[in-house]
Amino acid sequence: MSELKYSRDHEWLHMEPDGTATIGITDYAQKELGDVVYVELPEVGREVRQGEEAAVVESVKAASEVRMPVAGTVVAVNTALAEHPETVNVDPSGDGWFLKLKPSSPDQITGLMSEAEYQAYVAGIK
Amino acid sequence: MTQTSADEGIADGRRTPLHELHVQAEAQFTEFAGWQMALRYPEGTLREHLHTRAHAGLFDISHMGQIALRGARRAAALEALTPADVIDLPAGRQRYALLTNRGGGIIDDIVVANMGAELLLVVNAARTATVLPYLVEEIGSACEIRHLDDLALLAVQGPEAAAAVETLAAGLGDLPFQSVCTPEIDGAPCRVSRSGYTGEDGYEIAVPAPDACDLARRLLAQEGVRWIGLGARDSLRLEAGLCLYGHDIDDTTTPLAAGLGWTWPTVRRPGGARAGGFPGAGELADELAAGSATRRVGLLPEGRAPLRENTGLLDEDGNIVGRITSGLFSPTLGRPIAMGYLRADHAAAATTLRAMLRGRALTVARAALPFVPHRYQRKSNEP
Repeated sequence: MSELKYSRDHEWLHMEPDGTATIGITDYAQKELGDVVYVELPEVGREVRQGEEAAVVESVKAASEVRMPVAGTVVAVNTALAEHPETVNVDPSGDGWFLKLKPSSPDQITGLMSEAEYQAYVAGIK
Repeated sequence: MTQTSADEGIADGRRTPLHELHVQAEAQFTEFAGWQMALRYPEGTLREHLHTRAHAGLFDISHMGQIALRGARRAAALEALTPADVIDLPAGRQRYALLTNRGGGIIDDIVVANMGAELLLVVNAARTATVLPYLVEEIGSACEIRHLDDLALLAVQGPEAAAAVETLAAGLGDLPFQSVCTPEIDGAPCRVSRSGYTGEDGYEIAVPAPDACDLARRLLAQEGVRWIGLGARDSLRLEAGLCLYGHDIDDTTTPLAAGLGWTWPTVRRPGGARAGGFPGAGELADELAAGSATRRVGLLPEGRAPLRENTGLLDEDGNIVGRITSGLFSPTLGRPIAMGYLRADHAAAATTLRAMLRGRALTVARAALPFVPHRYQRKSNEP
């Protein structure tokens, strides 16, 4: 399994063998947000730009936009989050994934951070 | 991820006397009204909320302003600033009161306790810097005004609060709702009232700052008592239908529109023995006669997505007929809830309301307040 890539907005991206990119929010992001009570996901087939706020995650008190780390076409969304939004807190980089994109500009992925770079980035925020 | 509500962020500001205990409890902090406050603990807002409804929550509310009024004319002086009945408030009792402005709007919502030798006011943290100089300016010549900023304030709320607080001083378990007393706890002079901001039975305890940590530790050692952060305090109060100043009430909302007309008793209304005599009395008398233009109501948005503050409320033709002032996900009900103001003609009727959320029109139903029934330990008719 290839390693996760990270955005400065606390999203992770994982390249699957079939060429799609799975996207979610990081453990740091879910901890900052607190208990997730609702996730709004884009429609399958929608084309998104890099940095576009294409999903929304809501805690008890606050709403946060989820920015797309790369551009592409939405090919799948995690419909299980509708019934169990708390999965984002329990397993943010696994079962708590948000959506899968077919990247339109794969070179954008190289601009994302590695695990080590992201951990250093988060340490700099605290 | 980008935050769209001012909830998180680097905590800054003044620390409460209990700060070290929150750090030990691994609190996540947030800046609120110039204070560094515990937003939540590792358990998280949802579980903290449900724990309070099922057991007992301990809240650090030391950021709230505590002000003492002394002098023979203190009650009459305060009545010049509020529609409430202060003069007839018996010693050992407290009541909710509103400070009104000349337009009939609300300067702050406060609690007034008659401590016998003095009146004790608890004011909102975000309003202390406004209310304190206002009191000095308006009634400082009629009574002595002291800011008791050397006191911490704790709240213990929930069905197991009485058992926990009874262990601090005998008899506290029998204190009636909205009564207040001054027991000594471990040698520290305290002020304890049976009151709170969650809709649950509970207590608020003022304690000298140097003794606050020991008192909190004693409470936390009790079965069922846990720290609860500001996040759950907000969701608990909204479920209880209680107003948050600066959101559900402010300088532009009147006590009548806010559904808080019960804080303006007959004795201070037109025809009463001490009618009027407070800022905005004429405006409120007119509003009482003509009816309020808007009304505060409870709202239930369809689906699971919370509707947040300042979301517009639309009638069937798409006209704006109100707006949401507080909205979040109710942990008890497992669904979004909200409060807001509606034009009076829509507040009364069972009209269908809609609200726009990220381009979608959602149906919003009216709901009676509170969303979750109050469980106060009433032993009198005091509301």
